[in-house]
Amino acid sequence: MNATSTTSSASESISIGEIDASCRVPLFTLFVSAAVWLVVASVFGLLASLKFHSPNFLSDCACLTYGRVHPAATNVLIYGFAMQAGLGVALWIIARLGETRVAQPWLIAAGAKLWNFGLLIGIIGILAGDSTGFENLEIPRYGVVFLFLGYLLIAFLSLVTFHNRKERALGPSQWFLLAALFWFPWIYFTANYLLLSHTPIRGVTQPIVAWWYSGNLNLVWFGLVGLAVIFYFIQKLMNRPLYSRHIALLTFWTIILFASWSGIPGSAPVPAWIPSISTVATILTVVTVLSVMVNVRGTCARGCSQTESSASGKFIAFGTMAFVVAWLMNVLGAVPGVSSVTNLTWYGVGQWQLNVFGFFGMAMFGAIYHIVPQVTGIEWPSTKSVRIHYWLAAVGIILIVLPLAIGGIIQGFNWANPKMSNVDVAKNALHFLRASTTGELFIMVGNLMLLGNLIGLAVRYCKVHFVPVCKEAIAEVKPAEAKI
Amino acid sequence: MKFGPLVFLAAFLALSASWCGFVLTPQVQLGRAVQETNSVVKTELYPAGRPGLAREGLEVYRANGCAYCHSQQVEQKGTLVDVVLTDAGKTPMDVANALNEAQVGKFSGPSVGAGLPKPILQGTTLEHASVLANALKKAGANTELRLVATGSDIQRGWGMRRTVAQDFISDATVMPGSLRVGPDLANVGSRLPDLNWQLVHLFNPAAVTKNSPMPAYRFLFERKKIGKQPSPDALRLTGEFAPADGYEVVPKPEAKALAVYLISLRSDTPLYEAPLTPPAAAATNAPAK
Repeated sequence: MNATSTTSSASESISIGEIDASCRVPLFTLFVSAAVWLVVASVFGLLASLKFHSPNFLSDCACLTYGRVHPAATNVLIYGFAMQAGLGVALWIIARLGETRVAQPWLIAAGAKLWNFGLLIGIIGILAGDSTGFENLEIPRYGVVFLFLGYLLIAFLSLVTFHNRKERALGPSQWFLLAALFWFPWIYFTANYLLLSHTPIRGVTQPIVAWWYSGNLNLVWFGLVGLAVIFYFIQKLMNRPLYSRHIALLTFWTIILFASWSGIPGSAPVPAWIPSISTVATILTVVTVLSVMVNVRGTCARGCSQTESSASGKFIAFGTMAFVVAWLMNVLGAVPGVSSVTNLTWYGVGQWQLNVFGFFGMAMFGAIYHIVPQVTGIEWPSTKSVRIHYWLAAVGIILIVLPLAIGGIIQGFNWANPKMSNVDVAKNALHFLRASTTGELFIMVGNLMLLGNLIGLAVRYCKVHFVPVCKEAIAEVKPAEAKI
Repeated sequence: MKFGPLVFLAAFLALSASWCGFVLTPQVQLGRAVQETNSVVKTELYPAGRPGLAREGLEVYRANGCAYCHSQQVEQKGTLVDVVLTDAGKTPMDVANALNEAQVGKFSGPSVGAGLPKPILQGTTLEHASVLANALKKAGANTELRLVATGSDIQRGWGMRRTVAQDFISDATVMPGSLRVGPDLANVGSRLPDLNWQLVHLFNPAAVTKNSPMPAYRFLFERKKIGKQPSPDALRLTGEFAPADGYEVVPKPEAKALAVYLISLRSDTPLYEAPLTPPAAAATNAPAK
């Protein structure tokens, strides 16, 4: 599969500087919004976690009850931070690998604004009690419309950018991103149209579609985009190509063939064939995990120390490990004997956190810390705070996932013991939850450092690019005024 | 895969397959499910459909995210059979012999007929139960086989059988839940059918369940001065949880709707896909723990 030499007219080659400059507006919009939402998500997450220390904490205000703050936190984390950062990083990788400028950067930024507007009214809706009641899809109809249009605009222009590429042959990162760009509108439209239209589907077909959507979002979309970013950066940081394209192809096919059927829990009150197929498919995703492990190990044959040297490399390395653990936890939780214990417990919540924040989020942090200085031409104001962010995020996510996983397993055994009262089961789980609050706190401080660093960088950028221009303008105006 | 269209084709095929499997096929299989008379009591349509106020209550349940802590899906390990002796017949000696031969306990002739109907063999398989029933029939006795669901959820008293698709077909939003911070609610209406209990529990869970970790939903209630006459809806609160003299706690319409919805959550009708013998028929059925 040797890439034949480019057949495209090699008339004009675009410099890396030009490509990065074209990314500046859309990426800055996407990343700053993502960082703001990330802080919002961690504040909501912390509020929700504090409810387990004192159930009546802020419970007299309807919009701050657990049942509203919790979905607000998950939706902000998914749509505000993770997907938005993912789309930004995807756009940059597509432009860089295609050696072409981003198409219509201002329109992409407008798409991002639409997305953010939809999310904002959606979250306000959830807090006001308009949640749809379907997990990961709580945003009400009026928010969904803007999110969908915003996504279509961003994804369409990303595809145009992809189409304009100078280097025609495709690499693994590009397959993954292309499939992901196409995947989301289909699943999002299907789920929202069937669940929220004027004549929604009825009965258990509703949760089946919601579970199908969640599986496709959490495993397929986050898996494809997260691995695209990890593969791209491992090659870049190690300065060598991926160990095996064929194994990457295996990863790709197993994600789109198996992970797309996962998501329906074994206990679901639906015809048995549905959870059975889903269980088999989920267990088969172990092939995805193994193929990624082999490929990453092969690429870093002489040790991964090179990736560790840069701050981005640390985030990417953590994200890769979190991917392996999160997906293995998912496989383990689907094995029939185990699922009867872990199902409907905090184990699943821990797995979800590890997948979205530990794997996807950390990979995005690594990418953002690498990309933003390149795109703006300005270094991060504080490299120390990047290092601190890494440690806070890494320790924070471990402090969330470990107690939730262990607490979930204990909770599963407790529920299975009919002699133990409901209150006792809940109380036993509370100790673990309270431990996870520390993790939420760490993550929140880390998120604030990312936002602070981004704002600091923006201020520097303005100082470099706008202040001299303004001074010049003022200097030009003044003599003119003096003459009059 | 060197070309964009190939990647698109691969993604398209994979996603179509998954879409046909988990979106289209369930819709074809279940999408037009209607009330059925497939319960054991043939004249009853199931599910009966919720009253209007309960349907409003479902909206309150959805808006406040009750499903993040409470599931609505009872699981079941299997189904076992109890053999109940309903009539010892005219030859109690033969019956006692048959019972002793089957080694289900020691019986002497006259004691067999005492305290009928009584369970003589509990938690066995259908084959075993049939063998015993046939032996007793030969001896002139009448028996009844009772189907009992097993599993920890059932033992907790969360339901009499597992939850099935049919239970949900009349609901606008179906929320089976994904986490059990608190107990399952699939059958809470038959477990706790008292409206005042439900309302007091919503107003202050600790008042009825000691150390309950559930938050109080006071914003669904109004604390006001008692007018000329006390409101008929006022909560019956006692002890430390009672409001100050001259005041009463009255549920807002949302609270009433939610409580009515909770009481309407009953999935104890026997169905072919989840059979059980309804308890009303047996006087000897042990009370749920």
